[in-house]
Amino acid sequence: MTGAARAEIAIDVRGLTKSFGGREVVHDLSMQVRRGSIYGFLGPNGSGKTTTIRMLCGLLTPDGGEGTCLGFDIRRDADKIKRRVGYMTQRFSLYQDLSVRENLEFVARLYGMADPQGAARDMVRRLGLAGRERQLAGELSGGWKQRLALGACTLPNPQLLLLDEPTAGVDPKARRDFWNEIHALAGEGLTVLVSTHYMDEAERCHEIAYIAYGHLLAHGSVSEVIAQSALTTYTVSGADLRELTTSLAGKPGVDMVAPFGTSLHVSGRDRRALDVAIAPWRDKADLRWEEAAPSLEDVFIDLMNRSRDNFQ
Amino acid sequence: MSTRGRLDHSAPERWFGFWRRTYAMLVKEFIQLRRDRVSFAMIVMIPVMQLMLFGYAINTTPRHLPAAVLLQEDSDLGRSILKAMENTAYFRFTREVGSVAEFDDLLLSGKVLFGVEIPRGFERAVRRGDRPALLVAADATDPVAASSALSSLGMIVQTALAHDLYTGNPVTTPFEIRAHARYNPAASSRLNIVPGLVGTILTMTMLIFTALSVTREIERGTMESLLSMPIKPVEVMLGKIIPYVMVGFLQATIIIGIGVLLFGVPIMGSLLLLALLSTLFIATNLSIGYTFSTLAQNQLQAMQLSMMFFLPSILLSGFMFPFLGMPQWAQILGECLPLTHYLRIVRAIMLKGSTLQNLQHDTIALVGLMLFAMTVAVFRFRRTLD
Repeated sequence: MTGAARAEIAIDVRGLTKSFGGREVVHDLSMQVRRGSIYGFLGPNGSGKTTTIRMLCGLLTPDGGEGTCLGFDIRRDADKIKRRVGYMTQRFSLYQDLSVRENLEFVARLYGMADPQGAARDMVRRLGLAGRERQLAGELSGGWKQRLALGACTLPNPQLLLLDEPTAGVDPKARRDFWNEIHALAGEGLTVLVSTHYMDEAERCHEIAYIAYGHLLAHGSVSEVIAQSALTTYTVSGADLRELTTSLAGKPGVDMVAPFGTSLHVSGRDRRALDVAIAPWRDKADLRWEEAAPSLEDVFIDLMNRSRDNFQ
Repeated sequence: MSTRGRLDHSAPERWFGFWRRTYAMLVKEFIQLRRDRVSFAMIVMIPVMQLMLFGYAINTTPRHLPAAVLLQEDSDLGRSILKAMENTAYFRFTREVGSVAEFDDLLLSGKVLFGVEIPRGFERAVRRGDRPALLVAADATDPVAASSALSSLGMIVQTALAHDLYTGNPVTTPFEIRAHARYNPAASSRLNIVPGLVGTILTMTMLIFTALSVTREIERGTMESLLSMPIKPVEVMLGKIIPYVMVGFLQATIIIGIGVLLFGVPIMGSLLLLALLSTLFIATNLSIGYTFSTLAQNQLQAMQLSMMFFLPSILLSGFMFPFLGMPQWAQILGECLPLTHYLRIVRAIMLKGSTLQNLQHDTIALVGLMLFAMTVAVFRFRRTLD
């Protein structure tokens, strides 16, 4: 890789491995994140997302593997990385007994900013928290807490944001505002690595990676990941879908049957086998079959099912 | 129709429900207690250890107390008096000095509790029947330590004379022992206790302030965010200790102020020296509390560690019982406690008017203990969540 190309890469890690108490939580994980992109990190609970993020910012030492974050070695240069990375923890980890402004000033001072009070004041305004700056952080609602946490980790002008499920348990409006803010930050040149459970959020990312049981299973843009899956999906609508669900589930060739509102998604990795399996219902008058692109969720659930077979 | 409805309305069910829920809670608590192995071990170990420790160490009628002797003449009579004093088992002559200044210095620095001066021409004066005086100076800051030894002096004359009979007159003794209880002539225990309380109270409050500081960050989850920011362990430590140095200073001022105003304890020495060394003692305790905080896994353990440290501080430091009356091993243990050194310092400055020179050993010991605690804390501070 040339120097210029490397400068375009914010995160570049190879073979990261981490075990806790003999259980491997992250297995041989390699990933590259381009500067200025929003990189979505998806995967079920306990898949190793948090552990990976913590290894990237020096909070955990990898058992194996190597790599760089913003050009600094993740093993040796943790201090330099910390100065340039904003990490938003999954659980609210600012001081509940400090006010909004006091929390921000604390962070600003820790990073040695020239005018901590001014910086905190500006951030309060940017977050739309004006009027609440004297409120204790512990008394804020979930959505405001998330905003404050985002504000605190962007305050020292980091080059990379690591956001660990930043919108868990936040209402849709607050979630949308949050994502608008993330896009605005990325527009300013920030690299954002964000873990999430929400499919709509995944689709707002420039690139995504799917991790399950510590293995990185797929990565690329949303359309690339869908294309890689080689999944064939039919959408069925009509009467008595419940009976159809039970009849199709487990048939050879049918890998997934999932209800989506009034329709049913039937997917399979082997197109021919799937067509054979659904043939008896294909021409029923009260069912309407339509081939559709699999949704991201179909792809992920399929990936998860497959990885369960492989790794458990 | 629900079972709950039935339970609510029958008295026996309500009674059993009470016990069932209490039992559920009890089982849960036991499980949690069992999971926390270290706390559980401490629950068993602390009382056993402390009982063994204090049971053997504490002695309220101390013997073999260190004494200095100033021999202005070398005579048989002088030697038999010293021998008689040692035979009471209260005195142990550890040093022989050549001048009155040296004699006073040893008492001021607390290296000896007693000083005996046998004046020049003592034996001749006794032979002549002049009834000369023999000076026994005692450091009476701790009246308990000094009193039994001083009260034994009366018998010494008789014992000494059993060997060397100089006079046939059985009514008047041939010489006089002049006991001089220095620094606290009225043997007021208050004069000793109040300065001691300064140290004890500070130990307790300072230790708790910082003992919970790191575990609290971990339990509240703020540690994760703190560790992801560019701050070094030393910076975390100093940032957590320094505010409490000021709190401790305020506390010390209040306690000493009350001691002086309400209990009439004098400050014979330099107030500035007292303030400086008290600040050092405060910082030492805060450092030790902070070290506990980095060693403990949760707040309960941090509290247990603090108590495990606090009790010996009270019992082995010389606060409750005379330090020099303890067996050698207990004294060595006591030397590792900052309170031991501070008690000497605070009593010496307030009651004896000692100077920094008299107290240099205890000052160095405090600095050493503080630096040791800080070093352990910095190395024990986990910079990652591994």
